[in-house]
Amino acid sequence: MNLTLHVWRQKNAAAKGGMTRYEAKDVSPDMSFLEMLDVVNEGLIAKGEEPIAFEHDCREGICGSCGFMINGVAHGPQRGTTVCQLHMRHYRDGDVLFLEPWRATAFPVIKDLVVDRRPFDRIIAAGGYISASTGSARDGNTILVPKQAADKAMDAAACIGCGACVAACPNAAAALFTGAKITHLNILPQGAPERYSRARSMVGQMNAEGFGQCTNIGLCEAVCPKEIKLEVINKMNRDYLVGVLA
Amino acid sequence: MSLDSRSPSGPIEEAWDQTKFDMKLVNPANKRKYNLLVVGSGLAGASAAASLGELGYNVKCFCFQDSPRRAHSIAAQGGINAAKNYQNDGDSIFRLFYDTVKGGDFRARESNVYRLAQISVNIIDQCVAQGVPFAREYGGMLANRSFGGAQVSRTFYARGQTGQQLLLGAYQALERQIHAGSVKMFPRMEMLDLIVIDGRARGIVVRDLVTGKMESYLGDAVVLATGGYGNVYYLSTNAKGSNTTAIWRAHKRGARFANPCFTQIHPTCIPVSGDYQSKLTLMSESLRNDGRIWVPLKAGDKRSPDQIPEAERDYYLERRYPSFGNLVPRDVASRNAKIVCDAGRGVGETGLGVYLDFADAIKRLGQPLIEERYGNLFEMYNRITGEDPYKVPMRIYPAIHYTMGGLWVDYRLMSTVPGLFVLGEANFSDHGANRLGASALMQGLSDGYFVLPYTVGDYLATTKLEKINGSRPEVLEAEHNVDAITQRLLAIKGDRTVTSFHRELGKIVWDYCGMSRNAAGLEHAIGKIRELREEFWRDVNVPGSGEDLNQQLENAGRVADFMELAELMCIDALDRNESCGGHFREEYQTEEGEALRDDEHYSYVAAWGWNGLGSPPSLVKEQLEFEYVHPSQRSYK
Repeated sequence: MNLTLHVWRQKNAAAKGGMTRYEAKDVSPDMSFLEMLDVVNEGLIAKGEEPIAFEHDCREGICGSCGFMINGVAHGPQRGTTVCQLHMRHYRDGDVLFLEPWRATAFPVIKDLVVDRRPFDRIIAAGGYISASTGSARDGNTILVPKQAADKAMDAAACIGCGACVAACPNAAAALFTGAKITHLNILPQGAPERYSRARSMVGQMNAEGFGQCTNIGLCEAVCPKEIKLEVINKMNRDYLVGVLA
Repeated sequence: MSLDSRSPSGPIEEAWDQTKFDMKLVNPANKRKYNLLVVGSGLAGASAAASLGELGYNVKCFCFQDSPRRAHSIAAQGGINAAKNYQNDGDSIFRLFYDTVKGGDFRARESNVYRLAQISVNIIDQCVAQGVPFAREYGGMLANRSFGGAQVSRTFYARGQTGQQLLLGAYQALERQIHAGSVKMFPRMEMLDLIVIDGRARGIVVRDLVTGKMESYLGDAVVLATGGYGNVYYLSTNAKGSNTTAIWRAHKRGARFANPCFTQIHPTCIPVSGDYQSKLTLMSESLRNDGRIWVPLKAGDKRSPDQIPEAERDYYLERRYPSFGNLVPRDVASRNAKIVCDAGRGVGETGLGVYLDFADAIKRLGQPLIEERYGNLFEMYNRITGEDPYKVPMRIYPAIHYTMGGLWVDYRLMSTVPGLFVLGEANFSDHGANRLGASALMQGLSDGYFVLPYTVGDYLATTKLEKINGSRPEVLEAEHNVDAITQRLLAIKGDRTVTSFHRELGKIVWDYCGMSRNAAGLEHAIGKIRELREEFWRDVNVPGSGEDLNQQLENAGRVADFMELAELMCIDALDRNESCGGHFREEYQTEEGEALRDDEHYSYVAAWGWNGLGSPPSLVKEQLEFEYVHPSQRSYK
């Protein structure tokens, strides 16, 4: 099949960007979306042009490196799927696709489809851990964790930190990301001692990074490649409230 | 020269404790005066950087990705082994040690492996305390499963995302130290050279991948935890960015490279579908616990799998290895897949695939339980192939997955360059010629949390290090070297893309130094690699400049290093006239087609030294002694 791509090209953070049109020819339905871009890029290099910069690494949907908007939807049309796992069999000959980077004040563009997501690391650094220095742990089975709690923690811990939730949100809020980590740790008995201070510090950092406020729209949940549920935001708000009041 | 492994003498059970006691400690008040450079932020790097920070050292940690959480450890699916014996099925530290030495086909160092088995139990405790959401039983206890060739249930797991959860645990510990100010993180920085002063590793040269700026960082010791070199094959299960550059450039500065030909082919990957293919996706081998592997009995049988009756199927692993069946070690499972496909019995369009069938398991256990165990893997398979494995058997084929070879290190994880420590997949130390499933995560965390923090202390406490600054000639020379490579790559502006060279290199290495090797093929491959390398430096086209984010330039440097490493792999494979583990030389096999080791002549670690491009590398052997696990022919019959 043949496709038309309109891709955001921006030389660096300071430069002004714009959309450029490319034709993607002879695309196989078994290609992944990124493999389709690889082929377009090989063509650009052969013509002496600079290839489109996009972030990617594992190409198995787990590292969280990849992601951009396809026709206004973060990671494209397939639910629960990162762009590296999206395959071209979901498109038809003649489709026109618009590719843009994540758009958020807190995620400035570095080049083309690559953005700076360091604010996420700083939110984790503010409290997204259990303070357990190496060597101090007791036998693993001395801490019993009910299976339901372990499963719920795992659901939230599946977050890959890709940033799609921020990109999809009209407010560019990072509540799903922050809520997922707070839920993962606060639901476990090991995380209980730092439960409220963790929520307070992480939410504080999230606000300081320039993300918007959550107004319960739910687009984050809709695009999340790991299908993290909105309820993590409730958990975050509850623990945050106790954290500030207590 | 000879290699001193510094393996402790005395009973192996007490060796590590004795070593810890013998090692000198750094006074707590002095720790902050030491600057340590950690390159890589996967399981080994992040756990090391975090633990060193907790101890009070001044740590700088570098990774080429945008965040330390992206390292490829994150993609490990199956689990992590630990000799907890929680299942009361007869496991012990000695049994895990024994299994690992035997599984490695008697080409690993006993002392290292014993320590790994010992530390395995501490790793689980540490990770639980950090909040890693391991699978649990209804009573709240930790759950286990048996995994890849083990006859006991010693594998801990977090759904099919164990690597992700362990890495996030280490990453969070690292972020905690970053917040505390003991570790400074440098993402999007790629190490391009090692600075050696007075024979000791004292710094690194990095390129800022966003600005293109070259910078040197100096310190008292350098720790490399930069992963394996599986991407030399182009198509592999590694992340696209995984590369050999850090260890290869350290090799060129004097660190010996051990057993480069020991590479692991993973039996359960999704088969290749076309020329555009950019990587291969692994399906966790935990699938082999419940899936049954088969091919049609007759060659060229093109019927769909549901049309092939039971009697016309060949469950070849169950037939050949009745006691281990589908759970034979990775090398055995991979080679057998190749044998049946070479005989024309492979399935799928390319004929390079075998079935992994869950029909019986679904009948026996019900779909919900299979969904709980493997749901995310089935989904992943469906996304990539468009087929539903609950209804149609999966098709799988082996792919390169892990490299057991790496920089040579002694018992204390120090390379042949004093002050340069190497952890995780980047070193050669614990897996011999074949790694067992669920052991990579164990080794990465063992090295990072529990070994290096002690051994680096002893090095610092017993070494007098001169004060240095950036104007030393060795620093300027390393910076000049890096700059020269960059400028040379950018100046060629030839006709072929970096990827086209990488693809061609990968095919040579896969064909001649992959699942099976022979002398004539390896000699042929060495010639082809040299030709390709010359063509690369004559005709590669690296667009753009060195002054900003240039992914083609990054990749070109990595491919240039793979071109050199590939030759060394073939030289090593040619030198080792035996078959062992993942290294299968066709000339050396039993009548039944199993690997035939030659313990009399090849019971050694081959540690290669760099003598410049075009000069043959020099081989030094570390003789392996087996006091506790006596070499035997591996048999999984």
